[in-house]
Amino acid sequence: MDLFDIIVSILGSTIRLSIPLLFTALAGLFTERAGVFDIGLEGKMLAAAFASACVAYVTGNAWLGLLGGIGVSILFSLIHGFASITNRGNQIVSGVALNFIAAGLTIVLGQAWFGQGGRTPQLPASGRFSPIILPGADAMRDVPVIGPIYANVISGNNILTYLAFLAVPLSWWVLYRTRFGLRLRAVGENPGAVDTAGISVTWLRYRAVIVAGFLCGFSGAYLSIAQSAAFIKDMSAGKGYIALAALIFAKWKPVPVMFACLLFGFLDAFANFMQGKAVPGIGEVPVQIFQALPYILTCVLLAGFIGIAHPPKAGGVPYTKER
Amino acid sequence: MSTASVPLPNWITYGLMPLLNLIVAFLISGLVVWWIGENPIEALKLLIEGSLGRGDAIGFTLFYTTSFIFTGLSVAVAFHAGLFNIGSEGQAYVGGLGAALVALSLDQYVPWYVTMPFAVIGAAVFGAAWAFIPAWLQAKRGSHIVITTIMFNFIGAALMVYLLVHVLIVPGKMAPETRTFLPGGQLPKLDWLMALFGLKLGPAPFNVSFLIALVMCFLVWVLIWRSKLGYEMRTLGISPSAAVYAGIPYARTVIIAMLISGGLAGMMALNPVMGSSARLQVEFVGGAGFVGIAVSLMGRSHPLGIIFAALLFGILYQGGADLSFEMPNITREMIVVIQGLVILFAGALEYMFRPTMVHIYQRFKRA
Repeated sequence: MDLFDIIVSILGSTIRLSIPLLFTALAGLFTERAGVFDIGLEGKMLAAAFASACVAYVTGNAWLGLLGGIGVSILFSLIHGFASITNRGNQIVSGVALNFIAAGLTIVLGQAWFGQGGRTPQLPASGRFSPIILPGADAMRDVPVIGPIYANVISGNNILTYLAFLAVPLSWWVLYRTRFGLRLRAVGENPGAVDTAGISVTWLRYRAVIVAGFLCGFSGAYLSIAQSAAFIKDMSAGKGYIALAALIFAKWKPVPVMFACLLFGFLDAFANFMQGKAVPGIGEVPVQIFQALPYILTCVLLAGFIGIAHPPKAGGVPYTKER
Repeated sequence: MSTASVPLPNWITYGLMPLLNLIVAFLISGLVVWWIGENPIEALKLLIEGSLGRGDAIGFTLFYTTSFIFTGLSVAVAFHAGLFNIGSEGQAYVGGLGAALVALSLDQYVPWYVTMPFAVIGAAVFGAAWAFIPAWLQAKRGSHIVITTIMFNFIGAALMVYLLVHVLIVPGKMAPETRTFLPGGQLPKLDWLMALFGLKLGPAPFNVSFLIALVMCFLVWVLIWRSKLGYEMRTLGISPSAAVYAGIPYARTVIIAMLISGGLAGMMALNPVMGSSARLQVEFVGGAGFVGIAVSLMGRSHPLGIIFAALLFGILYQGGADLSFEMPNITREMIVVIQGLVILFAGALEYMFRPTMVHIYQRFKRA
């Protein structure tokens, strides 16, 4: 393989690996901009992946699977909302709890229903989102440079991948160009002011966590019924936390979120590629360095060494209307 | 009228409400068991039998309890200072490195009781070191400790896997683990303690670190409620601005609280590494750091409460392992569900029943 082929193949897997991060980080963007911390992204993604695989297996329909994933993910969001908005509980504690519930329940139910050690059975082709070949991809393949990139990176992804990239400008538009978005950002900075304007802080925050549940449904479905053909236990494997890191790395802004997710996806793809390969002059670079890099970068950013990340001011603070 | 400001007597706030929350968590766990087609009462019976029915079962239960006391104390100390340390898992993992290095370097020369104090210090220092950077970032740069400690869990895991696979592994072996410690690097079992109660320990790895855990409970109680530092930490936890006005140095208190928290988490490693497997292995912590969150919340961050909560989770872990043999439909992960539900109801939904309680209490007081 020459260098160009390697680059194309790494870029292809970068796209595939960053999609679940992108949906999840956008989900986090909505809740956190509304002033609700969401450590539970990981759990929502995992629960959605399980639900999608179950529904897709039973019905044999990928779209119904996606719907199932979204439904369960929104249910988790509502529990998070009930605990942290209605009952003014600690948002982080609630998120941690939901992560555990998802991690345990997916395996317990999976084992009880399918008896395959927490896996769901292999999905039929109709129960999955299969790659879409864009028009002209085969014809373009022989064109130098652009051809392979078009055929292997841009074309040949499943519908959820394109939806993820569509979700970025859409999220930007919702957050910055609609009344709902303005109020949502305001409620994350100064809920008291929003309340004074006669808008319900509670209902606004609930809508934010529901949007997050909706988006996490997509990332979960992507994991189990698009990227693979079954649910495997603990298949989110910390991606929810990487997405959270990407969200912080992007300073809670939609377009930078996309680039941060692509960067972390690239690190992941590059680590896979580098496994067992020696770098001239340095020797074999341990794969753990690449695995740890997104977290290290986020900490360096949080330390204020690469610009300062200002979180939404009212983040993590339950809103009390009267004392 | 808002019910949030109505005072309730302590026995309701610290006794009845936590109990009620716990009961709800277990009722829902029972529902899950019933949902997957098993009998919850039968499952509970098997769980109790499997954890408390025999001498070795009790030994295993207390072995898990020991780990959870350490991590529970770790979370609790940080919590008193208003810090949420999710990083106990990673701090315990890195703490294992400290314990293992001491054991590996001393076990050929001295008996275990000489190694032990050094191992305690080694584990605590390494655990504290892993908490230091998140602590410093919180204190000096204002980075959110929850995020940084989560990040450090992952960085710690990557670091430990690297060290075990490339550095500490026995040459020629496949398994990523250190060599087995000689008796001089192992903590002896507490079979004599069990014998006092007429129980046989059998193969259970219940060991001396249990006693260290109890000593730490006492020391944490002294620290939090009987020392100047503890007072400063609690003040900071209740109101950071009041603490600053009272002249309590913010950065110093945050960092010290996190170092103590990390040190306690690190000491947890003594139990599995030196007390049970006698070697450092990949992922030996096995989620005990996260159980510490549930234990601390349930025990209301008080050492005595933590001992009981740790015991409860010890029972769940050991009994749950036994239960999964008897009822293959209920996998070990059921414990993770229960753990999540306990954190949800004892932590996040702590005040769910408060308004109802206030109404009932006021009606009774009037009558």
